Amino acid sequence: MILAGEAAAKPVDFVTDVKPILEMNCVSCHNPEHAEENGKYRIDTKEEAFKPHKKDLRISPGHPDDSEVYYQLLLPLTDENHMPPTKLKAPLSKADCEVIRQWIAEGANWPDGVTLKVVMKVEFVRDIEPILEQGGPIPDKAKETLRLWLAQGAVWPAEVSFPSAKATAGAAGAAAGQIDFGRDVVPILAHGGSLTDPARETLTKWVDQGAVWPADVKLGAAKGGAQAKDMDVAEQIHRVILAGSKEQTPADMKIYTNTIPGTSVTYAMVPIAPGEFLMGSPATEAKRNVDEGPQHRVKIDPFWMEQCTVTWNEYELFMYPEDKPAAPADGTTNYTSETADAVTRPTKPYVEMSFGMGKEGYPAISMTQHAANIYCQWLSAKTGHFYRLPTEAEWEYACRAGTTTAYFFGDDPAQLGEYAWFADNSNFKYQKVGKKKPNPWGLFDMLGNVDQWTLDQYDADYYKQFTETVTEPWNKSVKPYPQVVRGGSWKDEADKCRCATRLGSTKAWKKQDPQLPKSIWFLTDAQFVGFRIIRPLKVPSAEEMYKYWHSGVEKE
Amino acid sequence: MKTYISTSPELTRRSFLKTTSTLAAVASLAQGVFAAGDETLKVALIGCGGRGSGACDQALSTTGPLKLVAMADAFKDRLDSSYNNLKAAHADRVDVPEENKFIGFDAYRHAIALADVVILATPPGFRPSQFEEAVRQGKHIFMEKPVAVDGPGVRKVLAAAEEAKKKNLKVAVGLQRHHQKPYLETIQRLHDGDIGDIVAMRAYWNGDGVWVRPRKDLEKKLGRKPTEMEYQMYNWYYFVWLCGDHIVEQHIHNLDVINWVKKAHPVLARGMGGRQVRKGIDNGEIFDHHFVEFQYPDGSWLSSQCRHIPGCWDSVSEHVQGTKGKCDVSGYKIEGEKAWQFSGDEGKDPYQQEHDDLFAAIRNDTPYAETAEYGAYSTMTAIMGRMATYCGKEMSWDDAINSSIDTFPKVLGWDAKTPTAPDADGRYAIAIPGKTKSF
Repeated sequence: MILAGEAAAKPVDFVTDVKPILEMNCVSCHNPEHAEENGKYRIDTKEEAFKPHKKDLRISPGHPDDSEVYYQLLLPLTDENHMPPTKLKAPLSKADCEVIRQWIAEGANWPDGVTLKVVMKVEFVRDIEPILEQGGPIPDKAKETLRLWLAQGAVWPAEVSFPSAKATAGAAGAAAGQIDFGRDVVPILAHGGSLTDPARETLTKWVDQGAVWPADVKLGAAKGGAQAKDMDVAEQIHRVILAGSKEQTPADMKIYTNTIPGTSVTYAMVPIAPGEFLMGSPATEAKRNVDEGPQHRVKIDPFWMEQCTVTWNEYELFMYPEDKPAAPADGTTNYTSETADAVTRPTKPYVEMSFGMGKEGYPAISMTQHAANIYCQWLSAKTGHFYRLPTEAEWEYACRAGTTTAYFFGDDPAQLGEYAWFADNSNFKYQKVGKKKPNPWGLFDMLGNVDQWTLDQYDADYYKQFTETVTEPWNKSVKPYPQVVRGGSWKDEADKCRCATRLGSTKAWKKQDPQLPKSIWFLTDAQFVGFRIIRPLKVPSAEEMYKYWHSGVEKE
Repeated sequence: MKTYISTSPELTRRSFLKTTSTLAAVASLAQGVFAAGDETLKVALIGCGGRGSGACDQALSTTGPLKLVAMADAFKDRLDSSYNNLKAAHADRVDVPEENKFIGFDAYRHAIALADVVILATPPGFRPSQFEEAVRQGKHIFMEKPVAVDGPGVRKVLAAAEEAKKKNLKVAVGLQRHHQKPYLETIQRLHDGDIGDIVAMRAYWNGDGVWVRPRKDLEKKLGRKPTEMEYQMYNWYYFVWLCGDHIVEQHIHNLDVINWVKKAHPVLARGMGGRQVRKGIDNGEIFDHHFVEFQYPDGSWLSSQCRHIPGCWDSVSEHVQGTKGKCDVSGYKIEGEKAWQFSGDEGKDPYQQEHDDLFAAIRNDTPYAETAEYGAYSTMTAIMGRMATYCGKEMSWDDAINSSIDTFPKVLGWDAKTPTAPDADGRYAIAIPGKTKSF
């Protein structure tokens, strides 16, 4: 990494310092093919890059502040002229901005004949992790990506969780000069953060030699600590769930009420048959937002969904592991699963998280998506059923329950009060769950009362990519914000409580958390967010379970 | 009294000429105090826990040039993780070389010396001596609430606050509701008489309780048995000399709001409390509930509840009854002749706002010292409540604030004697109403 202070000490070199930044961030739009729709500007050759723009200079040697290419990097992210466009790419790091500034300040030297081409900016989560997850030899194309990643510094963010648990020592006695995966590669990959030059060299050699990743060698444990532990827990839970799964087909699925073992707290699960539906809202729907379209067909696998949103009665069992309630009076065993006890629990919040709105029979609120995910993991361990949050598509499928109108009872907001607590009838607080009419599939409070977490990262344009029927879409999270909640809440007007309304979480939901780092478990400013759980009929692998429960982006 | 006649060039600054009209005022200005808006302010963080790091994050998020230059904590791991988090959030504003990271009970003195503005965010038991030292060294101060845990501590803070005023130091106390737009508007209406005379008040902090740090966790971390001092410092919430009990550490916020509304502090307290549920081996010596009636100088009564027990009725709120209406203060709502409900933009995060306000006062050299006084009075109100529930007797303000019960250890050190020690079973003596000494 180049620190601003260090960069000032030695002059920047165009080819080694500046070119990679421009190639990774600018040339994909500002090239001969696409210049027309991108400000008529090309940055791929020296001649084009230095052409003035009307009266302004794109690059004014010696004067970074007068150079559009530099100052557009510094505009607020909300400014439409910010470069690179925030919709397309992440902003440049401070260090990279500083390199550009210094290069221009030093005269913007661009050696003749040097031209730029598009270089993909490798993103660890999107590009590298899928490669590293597969066993066996790595395909040539993936090897290219790996090589590029290495060339770009091979950054492995320490906070990126790795899905597997077991590390093995390398096979002893590999020939000198021959890279051995276990001996040479695992320790490097296990280290997290930026790699040292020698480590990168080793990795490069490994890639050149075929980048073989034996299927039985997994990384998590070598990374140590929490992730390995969590993966172990997921594997334990997986074994318990496989042993206990009786239902095989959708026909076997019945509504059931379960008692959380060791307590007298119950929750009910409603079967949702598999099917297809039209997701999103038509452009003609009243008060519709553009992010609800285009409508597209989605196929959904069978699952059970919790009849009501999770209540404090349920959630507090997860919050307070040391306060085990007494055994039920009916003499059932006071079963406590050691596996469940191994699931990490929330740290206690400093403020009172129901905000005085009531606990007994009321919906749990103020939890982060991460906390809701881990609740699912804990409950899975406790009960031997696989629980998780619904995807956004699963949620809307269940909410619509076969209907195609703005609300699951029709289009008239005047009827909403029969089905939902919202701004008109909530008295500015949440209400007990299950007190209004259910939707056609028997789910209560799908609209209003509390917003419900889903698994998806919010992306206003997410629906645009689907041209034909898509099965079980899930926009996996790669950053802490925004994540999708659905259904609207006690504080919303009727139009925010439609089946298709989408809302993304923001940093403001933790605004008043006075600590650094802010809690990964609680939201100080989202008294309208709760969740409900689902149980898919098909039990996934332990690794898939881990992925549902750990998106790895809980830290800001 | 020591004087702090400065010979530094700061004395000639425009801002000083603008505001200092008497020789006495000039003579009392401390070295290092300045208020030019473009000056790079050096910040020191004393107490690097989650809240201290948060407060420092907010300080570093204010406008104008400033730098974190020194840090202090009793525990190295806390300091290191705080440093990493702050560095990640403010790479260019965190400049703390290894030699400016101070560990131990005495660390604060060294860190204070390197700064213009200090953030005091250790457990509250240390606040009086650290505040006193920061004032002695002539620094601007942000200190977290509560500002003390006993009468002697409050007296020390009040004396130092007086001194700070003379030295033109800016002092802020972390009672962020005073910087929260809807609170400010609501209380302005009460002060304007919108519900008439305020004749009865209620305040609550009923919740589930806060973190517990078990002795066995510390033992695992250290790889040996911790000393009693190490354990109490680690699990500080549960010891009176460090925390003051939750009525002081947490409920102070609500009591402070009532004092603010009444423009006064109570003169009398009667209360009861105890430990009904939270009495585990790592729950130290504090109560899990307090119920106190406070009387104000005009004869009106405040009834105050605070509870740390899960599964009960929860509320964190303040309410007042007037002769012409009533007000849900924390709900920003007035009922009566002049009915009103706050609506619209709630303004900035109050935790950020309180730092914005302090740093603006420092840079513009506007008066900013009265906060220490109301911070001390609100702290004392809560302490008086605790004294009433612990001893079971009626407590007067004068007896409470002049109390000779000093909870602070005579000597500080990892092997030093703690004010309270566990018995053979690892349990601590708990206050017994009717028997515990009152003041």
